[in-house]
Amino acid sequence: MEIARILETMEYGPSPESDGPVRRWLARHGDGFGLFIGGEWRKPAGAETFPTHNPASGEVLAKVTQARPQDVDDAVAAARAAAPGWAALPGHARARFLYALARQVQKHARFLAVLETLDNGKPIRETRDIDIPLVARHFYHHAGWAQLMETEFPAYEPVGVVGQIIPWNFPLLMLAWKVAPALAAGNTVVLKPAEYTPLTALYFAELCREVGLPPGVVNIVTGDGQVGELIVQHPGIDKIAFTGSTEVGRVIRERTAGSGKSLTLELGGKSPFIVFDDADLDSAVEGVVDAIWFNQGQVCCAGSRLLVHESIEEEFLAKLRRRMETLRVGDPLDKGIDIGAIVAPVQLARIQELVRRGQEEGATVWQPSWSCPKDGWFYPPTLLTNVSPASTVAQVEIFGPVLVSMSFRTPGEAVELANNTVYGLAASVWTENINLALDVASRIRCGVVWVNATNLFDAAAGFGGYKESGYGREGGREGMYEYLRPKWLRATGTSDGNLGGDSSAGAGSAQDPGAGGGGSAGGGSAGSGNAGGGGVTGATAGPDDGGTVLTGDGPGSSAFDGDEDEWPESVAAPPIDRTPKMYIGGKQARPDAPYSRHIYGPDGRIVGEVGEGSRKDVRNAVEAARKASGWRQISGHQRAQVLYYIAENLEVRRDEFAARLAAMTGQSKASALREVDAAVERWFTWGAWADKHDGMVHRTAQRHITVAMPEPVGVIGIGCPDDHPLLAFVSLVAPAVAMGNTVVAVPSERWPLAATDLYQVFDTSDVPGGVVNIVTGARDGLVKVLAEHMDVDAVWYFGTAQGSAVVERASTGNLKRTWVNYGRPRNWFDPEQGAGHEFLRAATQIKNIWVPYGE
Amino acid sequence: MSVTVAGLGAIEAPYNPGIPLDLDWLAGVRVNRSAVERRAATLPTRRSVKQAWQAAWLLRAVQLIDLTTLNGDDTPGRVRRLCAKARQPVRQDLLDALGVGHLPLQVAAVCTWPVLVPPAVEALRGSGIPVAAVAAGFPAGLNPLAQRVEEVRACVAAGAEEIDIVISRRHVLTGDWRALYDEVQAFKEACGTAHIKTIIAAGELATLRNVYRASLVCMMAGADFIKTSTGKETVNATLPIGLVMVRAMREYMERTGYRVGFKPAGGIRQAKDALNWMILMKEEVGDAWLTPALFRLGASGLLTDIERQLEHHVTGRYSAAHRHPMG
Repeated sequence: MEIARILETMEYGPSPESDGPVRRWLARHGDGFGLFIGGEWRKPAGAETFPTHNPASGEVLAKVTQARPQDVDDAVAAARAAAPGWAALPGHARARFLYALARQVQKHARFLAVLETLDNGKPIRETRDIDIPLVARHFYHHAGWAQLMETEFPAYEPVGVVGQIIPWNFPLLMLAWKVAPALAAGNTVVLKPAEYTPLTALYFAELCREVGLPPGVVNIVTGDGQVGELIVQHPGIDKIAFTGSTEVGRVIRERTAGSGKSLTLELGGKSPFIVFDDADLDSAVEGVVDAIWFNQGQVCCAGSRLLVHESIEEEFLAKLRRRMETLRVGDPLDKGIDIGAIVAPVQLARIQELVRRGQEEGATVWQPSWSCPKDGWFYPPTLLTNVSPASTVAQVEIFGPVLVSMSFRTPGEAVELANNTVYGLAASVWTENINLALDVASRIRCGVVWVNATNLFDAAAGFGGYKESGYGREGGREGMYEYLRPKWLRATGTSDGNLGGDSSAGAGSAQDPGAGGGGSAGGGSAGSGNAGGGGVTGATAGPDDGGTVLTGDGPGSSAFDGDEDEWPESVAAPPIDRTPKMYIGGKQARPDAPYSRHIYGPDGRIVGEVGEGSRKDVRNAVEAARKASGWRQISGHQRAQVLYYIAENLEVRRDEFAARLAAMTGQSKASALREVDAAVERWFTWGAWADKHDGMVHRTAQRHITVAMPEPVGVIGIGCPDDHPLLAFVSLVAPAVAMGNTVVAVPSERWPLAATDLYQVFDTSDVPGGVVNIVTGARDGLVKVLAEHMDVDAVWYFGTAQGSAVVERASTGNLKRTWVNYGRPRNWFDPEQGAGHEFLRAATQIKNIWVPYGE
Repeated sequence: MSVTVAGLGAIEAPYNPGIPLDLDWLAGVRVNRSAVERRAATLPTRRSVKQAWQAAWLLRAVQLIDLTTLNGDDTPGRVRRLCAKARQPVRQDLLDALGVGHLPLQVAAVCTWPVLVPPAVEALRGSGIPVAAVAAGFPAGLNPLAQRVEEVRACVAAGAEEIDIVISRRHVLTGDWRALYDEVQAFKEACGTAHIKTIIAAGELATLRNVYRASLVCMMAGADFIKTSTGKETVNATLPIGLVMVRAMREYMERTGYRVGFKPAGGIRQAKDALNWMILMKEEVGDAWLTPALFRLGASGLLTDIERQLEHHVTGRYSAAHRHPMG
């Protein structure tokens, strides 16, 4: 009679996926799982274990080992030992291993899906149809990169041993995102799965053994945050890749500051989901379902902020509420369930608390009429309206099935609301108007934009954030670079170097000119009398003539012994005093607090003075740089013309700049001219690149255009080295502005005059005000202010090891991108070291825009 | 008017007097193909019906079928055989084993050519099963309008209680919504009390937006049902097409208050297909559209596959087609 009854109710009924095979596997490990180190399972005697639970019931699934410091040491040692052999394998050999892993994942796909669902609580539909297929896809794709490594990345090598710390929301998928590119590039790995969800990673370790992966290439250590900390701090690790909360990401940045470890962070988000009045509203409703009720909303890129065109707000919310009524929450192993269980009680409590807070702050809470199961950690899909940007729930990442809704009036306001967050991970834009879609997509500051879609992922496209959503990309060519480094770095990496003054110059060394032995870049041929034809034309002291800073008895004479007669023989009156000012917003600016500092020549004599920059000058410069955002909007061709023009005007004053360099540094005229010429060429190089850093169209799904667009990072603070004070300054500033960034540069502390002279070149070269700002003074102190500044998007620093650490540590405030040299020199004349693709990548960040098409 | 359905009692039939042609409404229609396809792809993967529930759903599917024969070689004998199957679509021993032997289980309608309406009416007399006739120049709809209207009248006069008309695709492709509206209204008028199902031949309308707009115009003109396909197009009933039509139907209902039925037809051959269509209806418009009053499955071979699945449910052994009486 049951069938007759159902014929009346037409209900779905239960449809459980069998978990028998997984249960048997768990039973076989009833005495607990060990650690996977050096290709072996290890259960340290006396080690603590911790339980992992099924969130749908609360039952304990397994006991897992808490790794101790010794275990992490051993894992790192195993990875270190395996690294040279793995890196030395031909790419094709690594490709075979990755291919085997992909196949192995596919062969055990259902097992992995069930195991993941049991451990994490997400619906079996998602693990079966989304997570596990993407895992296999990731290994396939990166098998391809391994195969192509030699031809596609000939100038690169693996970073070494990578520590990887992954979250609980996509346990195996995040493992794949981390392990596949690391292995493809030739790195070895110490991976820590999340404490809540370690089981699929442990099963993956078994798969590694089955495919015969060399011992030590993948090591898996389980445990809580302490184990993560051990990995982060471990001196034997070259790189940390982390996915998780912004809070922990910040801590990792701080802990690794100055260590030389490279870092990728994939952090939180509060991604906007924007619905315009000309969208396919029914489809947009389904988009919301995929955005915030996918994986219980526990998705870093979840579209958690709904922004709806005011004219359709009511209609859209009515459609959305109706749709919410048909969502089904329940046993995640049931094949007819949309929303499973929240991963842990503490997360559930956080969601409840935030919704309560939202309510207190005036939000209206709407939930469907049905109720959730009571025996696991469930939370119903929730819509919060009457929310404003000022509401807590509109700002913080709830990481649950909770959507907040706001309205906007115009496309501009939609963009403004979308960007009104510290995060910048993803966005979803719904409109049938391609002009509007692409306009909005380009104006939202985030790493991924889905047009008329959401939560699309593919191994061929990079994924990662802007702003406090972290840095680095996972997937695609851009993701591979995160696990590679230029080969030349190793050649110079450990030497003290003889190229730069910085390796020996501590902070404030400019106050101590007598100690400047490190500055003899270019051969220390001061006074060698090799100056050629007298190009220095200081005879007519005009305001445009930087040479007039030199006093009659200045070091110019010592730099160009043979040309003494070209300098003013005598002066009846003392030359008009002229102190280079700072350069802010296209205007010469006096220091906020009028102090000046002396700049000394090689013989200890004063060759000039510059303003002593302070915090306030940095503040003003950053404001000017931020205001100059028009620079990023003009075409590359327009920027190229400006850069070529700078080169042209610098060339006109070639000798004057050379004289200045020689006067400051004591280098020979020939050497100084060589530096100026290199600087002129560098402007050309970056002028050339201005319209050529093209981006890519990724091969993702069919009938999709996935555009990987390099966008300028924004405002970049640059701390320049002392060596080659002109060439290094230009080498850093030019690529930044070529890519559309605006810059606050702190020139060489010791020899800043070449840089300050440049502002007159800028003034005559149509450089818009605020594009390049120059603040002189104590470099490390000023750069620290830049690194701490919340409105600076990146800081590049080429100075001391100590200063590098300061910059990295200070960057945690807004998680700005940093590029530092850890005190290592580089050869600024070398085309790769001084103007390689590294500069392009640092000056841009990739935004992937997904545009599915088809009428 | 109401329809009695085994196991469900009387349910409301569609009622749609139509509304004036609303061109502004049509102009505002937006359909994003990729997004529709994504939703359609996950409809069957988000829901699952197993065991007793599956058996019940398949029995309901039988009740939803417009059992159809539309071949060039159809004869009165063939139609009579089909009608016999319509009266007893599933073996009684299977129904008994499923615990529904007491229910008068039969299909929703028998659908055939105009000239075969009389033998069908005769064969179904007393069963309560209506005869549906395809009309209006089926399948291409390219006969002169007067002839098509006359054909509709003739079918009604011959005893067809439901008329499945085809629309002029050319009116859609040229954007002549007025012509389409007038044509459907003429057919509706010719139908009198018979129910009118409008076949939009979605596979020939080029875009999903056209599918949506054609559905709307048919409903504005008073269609009782909107139907995907004749079964003769190269693309027939697909879930994305169905989803778009159902969304149009829902929007029409929300704006006008009139309920319209939906009939996918063409290519629905397997029990799993039927379940997917039923899931679509339950999810998008609710349980009322799991009844023959508002939802039909146009099919011929589907019934055999359902019978095999039902026997499997009863015996635990996979079945064979020859074990079930042919229609």
